[in-house]
Amino acid sequence: MALLEIENLTVQFETASGWFKAVDGVSLSVNEREVLAIVGESGSGKSVSMLAVMGLLPWTAKITADKMLFQGRDIRNLPDGERRKLIGKDMAMIFQEPIASLNPCFTVGFQIEEVLRIHMGMGKKERRARAIELFTLVGLPDPAERLNHFPHQMSGGQCQRVMIAMAIACNPKLLIADEPTTALDVTIQKQILDLLMKLQAEHGMGLIMITHDMGVVAETADRVIVQYKGRKMEEADVLSLFEAPKNPYTRALLSALPENATGKRLSTVSDFMASGEFAGESR
Amino acid sequence: MTANLSNATPMLEIRNIKRDYHVPGGFMKKEKIVHAVKGVSFKLDAGKTLAIVGESGCGKSTLARILTFIDPPTSGELLIDGKTVDTRPGHLTAEMRRKVQIVFQNPYGSLNPRQKIGDVLGEPLAINTDMSAAERRERATDMLVKVGLTADHYNRYPHMFSGGQRQRIAIARALMLNPKLLVLDEPVSALDLSVQAQVLNLLADLQEEFGLTYVFISHDLSVVKYIADEVMVMYYGEAVEYGTREQVFSAPSHDYTKTLFAATPRADVESIRARLAKRAG
Repeated sequence: MALLEIENLTVQFETASGWFKAVDGVSLSVNEREVLAIVGESGSGKSVSMLAVMGLLPWTAKITADKMLFQGRDIRNLPDGERRKLIGKDMAMIFQEPIASLNPCFTVGFQIEEVLRIHMGMGKKERRARAIELFTLVGLPDPAERLNHFPHQMSGGQCQRVMIAMAIACNPKLLIADEPTTALDVTIQKQILDLLMKLQAEHGMGLIMITHDMGVVAETADRVIVQYKGRKMEEADVLSLFEAPKNPYTRALLSALPENATGKRLSTVSDFMASGEFAGESR
Repeated sequence: MTANLSNATPMLEIRNIKRDYHVPGGFMKKEKIVHAVKGVSFKLDAGKTLAIVGESGCGKSTLARILTFIDPPTSGELLIDGKTVDTRPGHLTAEMRRKVQIVFQNPYGSLNPRQKIGDVLGEPLAINTDMSAAERRERATDMLVKVGLTADHYNRYPHMFSGGQRQRIAIARALMLNPKLLVLDEPVSALDLSVQAQVLNLLADLQEEFGLTYVFISHDLSVVKYIADEVMVMYYGEAVEYGTREQVFSAPSHDYTKTLFAATPRADVESIRARLAKRAG
């Protein structure tokens, strides 16, 4: 049974010129112990579809889906209370801006212990011990000392480690990472990706990696979904996607990588659009 | 470290440039000096591109600020077109300022939201030349077309453009005074992959057309490998590696450069195969 199963998800926002479809009929599934990468440029709806799954979109968004199952349970119209029990516990998310996603007014120790208190009902001592354990797990130096620090006292990479520690605090079944390394330096990015992959393997989590970076996809994914303007362009396992991309948009994206440059010029996505080869979706 | 061996006068030469920042102390706290750039030297020939690579905090943007006279160096010499530049505040000549221009990373932050694109492009001319308004308008529209926009865009505001278009506007603004040297501070890192390719192509075209010299600051090694003639790797304010692109990429000498290369994600089929094999095993 798939861990997360979505069929025909559509997310719309009302604008001055009518309803805008940010996500248009996307279907996907993630299995346990699987890393799924959703790749696309800004505006491709890759984040919005996952925010819809988490129930984190504002009420103005119109979300419809034929099917949205988490561990076989319908999560489409979950009451808020039920959803809160699920999110952060069995299904957790890491965001792009680590420093902005932590509350600047509280110590990181307070914030991680809050998760443990609410979801696991742990006592004070137990929480402290588990928080230290988690900080050690994500490779923060001086974990006990670190708990008393505020987000501004740490670097971006360290904040992202705190976010990861919070996300895995309750041993989630599914972890959604939304551009987890975009704001970080390459050497730090490597460390964070290695950490995520290690945790994913050790805990047998399902992992959805949302990214725009083909390099990150190549380094992490088992399976890849390529999205463009809210639609799924292609779904393939990582090797066949890079070896023989089927969709023209995927091909365009791959050939726009500077390392794949042939000669002096880079081919761009609009070259493909203009060439008429681009036929739209392939659902 | 390898030196530049050509005989012609380099477009840009810096000798042992240093920049210290004083962090004022407070109660029970001593004043601190941060050595942001610790003696960097290089020579760059006209029409070439030097890429400066490094992590945040390595001093690459400080160096960009020094090269564009935004910030004077604490010590060291800066030569443009063979002439020493007096970088003390108030001693800079308008001629020098015209020769060097900068393009910033974030095209959302670097354009005034209340200023029309035509005025953005016309302003450098209004300040630095005595062209008439009609001439300025003509130059601005010409430049818009050169960077791949249209003359209709003249009267629009920045919010009406996408990130890639804004970066084109920022590049157009930098080129209005026919500079010799363009300092590009992470010009494509805020852009999507496909837009990044377009902007890189544009930069290559403009370099050829105007014979521009680029100092290209980036943290993205794949972009650097594509665009640079020479590469300098900075680490904690020092140039730890400097050479031609081929030298640096084929035989990196410093440990940090090797770490940097190892950390860069690789998107080729062989590396994916190797990773999947390791994961299965």
